[in-house]
Amino acid sequence: MTKTILTVDDSRTMRDMLMLALSDAGYRVVQAEDGMHGLEVLAGEKPDVIVTDINMPRLDGFGFIEGVRGDDRHRAVPILVLTTESDAEKKERARRAGATGWIVKPFDPIKLVAAVRRVAS
Amino acid sequence: MDAMAAIKQTFFQECEEQLAELESGLTAILEGDGDAETVNAVFRAVHSIKGGAGAFSLDDLVRFAHIFETALDHLRAGRLAPSPDLLKVMLRASDALADLVRATRDETNLEPQRFAALAAELRAFDPASMQQTGAAAIVKETDGAADCADDEIVFRPILMDESMFDEMDAPPAAAPRLFRIRFRPKPALYAKANEAALLLREVSNLGECSIVCDSSELPFLPDLDPEGACLTFLITLSTECDESSVREIFEFVEWDCDLDIAEETDEPAGDGVDISALVERLQASVEAERAALEEANARSAAGATPPSARQNFSPAQVEGSDTGDGVGSIGKSDPAKSDPVKIDPGKSDLAAKGDQPGPSIRVDLERVDRLINLVGELVINQAMLAQRVLEEGLARASGVATGLDELEQLTREIQDSVMAIRAQPVKSVFQRMPRLVREVAAMTGKAVRLVTDGENTEVDKTVIERIADPLTHMIRNAIDHGLETPDVRVRAGKAEEGVVHLSALHRSGRIVIEVSDDGAGIDRPRVKAIAADKGLIAPDAALSDDEIDNLIFLPGFSTAAAISDISGRGVGMDVVRRSIQALGGRISIQSRPGRGSTFTMSLPLTLAVLDGMVVTVGGQTLVVPLTAIVETLQPKVADVHEFGGGARVIAIRDQFTPLIDVGRELGYRADNADPLAGVALLVETEGGARNAMLVDAILGQRQVVIKSLEANYQHVPGIAAATILGDGRVALILDVDAIVASSRADSDAHLLAAAG
Repeated sequence: MTKTILTVDDSRTMRDMLMLALSDAGYRVVQAEDGMHGLEVLAGEKPDVIVTDINMPRLDGFGFIEGVRGDDRHRAVPILVLTTESDAEKKERARRAGATGWIVKPFDPIKLVAAVRRVAS
Repeated sequence: MDAMAAIKQTFFQECEEQLAELESGLTAILEGDGDAETVNAVFRAVHSIKGGAGAFSLDDLVRFAHIFETALDHLRAGRLAPSPDLLKVMLRASDALADLVRATRDETNLEPQRFAALAAELRAFDPASMQQTGAAAIVKETDGAADCADDEIVFRPILMDESMFDEMDAPPAAAPRLFRIRFRPKPALYAKANEAALLLREVSNLGECSIVCDSSELPFLPDLDPEGACLTFLITLSTECDESSVREIFEFVEWDCDLDIAEETDEPAGDGVDISALVERLQASVEAERAALEEANARSAAGATPPSARQNFSPAQVEGSDTGDGVGSIGKSDPAKSDPVKIDPGKSDLAAKGDQPGPSIRVDLERVDRLINLVGELVINQAMLAQRVLEEGLARASGVATGLDELEQLTREIQDSVMAIRAQPVKSVFQRMPRLVREVAAMTGKAVRLVTDGENTEVDKTVIERIADPLTHMIRNAIDHGLETPDVRVRAGKAEEGVVHLSALHRSGRIVIEVSDDGAGIDRPRVKAIAADKGLIAPDAALSDDEIDNLIFLPGFSTAAAISDISGRGVGMDVVRRSIQALGGRISIQSRPGRGSTFTMSLPLTLAVLDGMVVTVGGQTLVVPLTAIVETLQPKVADVHEFGGGARVIAIRDQFTPLIDVGRELGYRADNADPLAGVALLVETEGGARNAMLVDAILGQRQVVIKSLEANYQHVPGIAAATILGDGRVALILDVDAIVASSRADSDAHLLAAAG
């Protein structure tokens, strides 16, 4: 069964790159432009994995993750945080918010897919 | 690699948007209008550019963006105060970043010194370097150093996430080592969607391992917390990797589990363990636990419990710590620690409306144009149908006629909606102006503030593209010629800083763009003297203030005594006027001495339709663009004078104006028509000259859909385009300028000027 990945990133470039890498790997990709949009998309989708940026307008990645974890339908979905900000404090915050793991940008498409496979049981 | 090339293109497009955001954000902060979200948006813009650049290995761009981002991060974190000095450097850095982005896109080279110098300026603001001078003094514990470390480690175009992938390329160690691992997940681990089974699978990938699941803590089903965690895994691992590789697997979960890793120094005890069988067993037990959890969650009867799960139960105590730490509380946890710049929903709505026009799609311009063309056809078709119905003599109240009325209304609406697709806010042009203002201000040594208004006013894309140049020129002029130097301003009792106001608004189906300054206004005696000097007017001509102001639009007029670097590029306001008129627009000036000048441009909202006056000439129907027509009049015998070669002039309010017979000019007739039987249209050409065009009769005014003659037939001198009228006949749209040019005998400069 085709797995669905939700990508949440305010950068079109990043969204396109994620789309390219993930759809090449056979995933179905749905996109959102920021955290708020992501939560809206989740109302009609049940992704198997979420890949999200941190620094976004309207609702950032931390708030988005908290929103997902607070939603009974989605709280069990693995969430990978995708960010250039690799410092421990950011990771700690993402973790506290409920992130499953993180990937540091810029990412190698092959390793991105490997990371997604790992959490998507 | 095509897909990547396309993404790269997207990246550069996006960069332009980010750069605009960056500039407007910095400007807002400089003017004191910035809040935390503005600072964050500015940071995000540079951050995104850096991120994308990193993905494409655009190292120069990454490097500069990183330095810029570091400074912005200090600003964001409050380690730097938003002083005007800092923001001015940042604005220059944003200009430089824009240049760098474009140079990277176009693969041209830029002088590296400029970036090095700006980078140094930005770094000088670094709080670390301000405290401790000398690069060597900035070591590990400062933020600057941390970011520098980032620079080297993070921004390589490959994944740096050691946590997840290290076992893939783990360096081979010499001898196998034996680890005994006790891994006891807490509920929080599952709450974050981590999966013990997946982690264990990764551990088993490191080497030979045996895993035993201790389910002794599992309570009876009625007491089971579905979101608790009751299993402990005991792992024996024989691997060539070191302890850190093992720990890294658990990096995501180390806070959410009890983890003991102990290395045994003696021989591996795990002899001949069937690993895959063990993993299978483990998987089965985890599945069982899951099934049990789900069962309990659904609060179904104990009898429905899967046998496999029941087998694992043994009477034991449930630890309080496990049950108290459920998922629900995690989801809502730490509200106080959430992002400091997170904005409240009300504000985010506003931001969404202001900055992001909601979801959008990208469509090929060609498709839109095809749609516009088709709608044009529809409009024509509808008009033809209406005409036929009229000719059939059907009553106005008949069903067909009312149906047609509705159709007409719908067609109009469709036309407007389709035109709106091509419409874009003038923002894209307005956004280029702040930089221009900064540059011109720096060159002229004047202090200038640009105030823009109505950026979201929409107009056809083509119009937007073509007003950029005239607007640039006008703003240059406003600063270079309009505004005074700071000392002159102070002496005149004005604020040292001059203000250039740029605004756009819709007015009666057109867009009106104004450029005004609070400078000295037009120096009328000087303008008049120059015009007389250049032979544009008679030295003794009596001109009103308005007429003098309008002299600056005449070709060949330039007020700058010496051609300056900024405005004087051999083009003057006449070029501006010509380009505005080429768009079917008009430009006018109001000036008050000592108070400043205002240039007002009025442009059509679209180039696909045109307001025209339908006239007949020699039995043909023609359309004259309404923007060119100043007035219409009935020639009188006494006013028309003939001189050599069939050339005629007409006196309009005591001024002689060439009278052009359109019929003769286009070859509809060989001889001049009787002016008394026709109507004269006083037209103004793009050059500002006035001429009278003689036509047979005026049929009316209407909006017509422009059809290119070149695209459908070929270029015809004197004809700008064609259209299809309601009766289905093709009517040609006159190119007023071409007609005037072809008929003009050597024009009299005095006459010209007097008319202008």
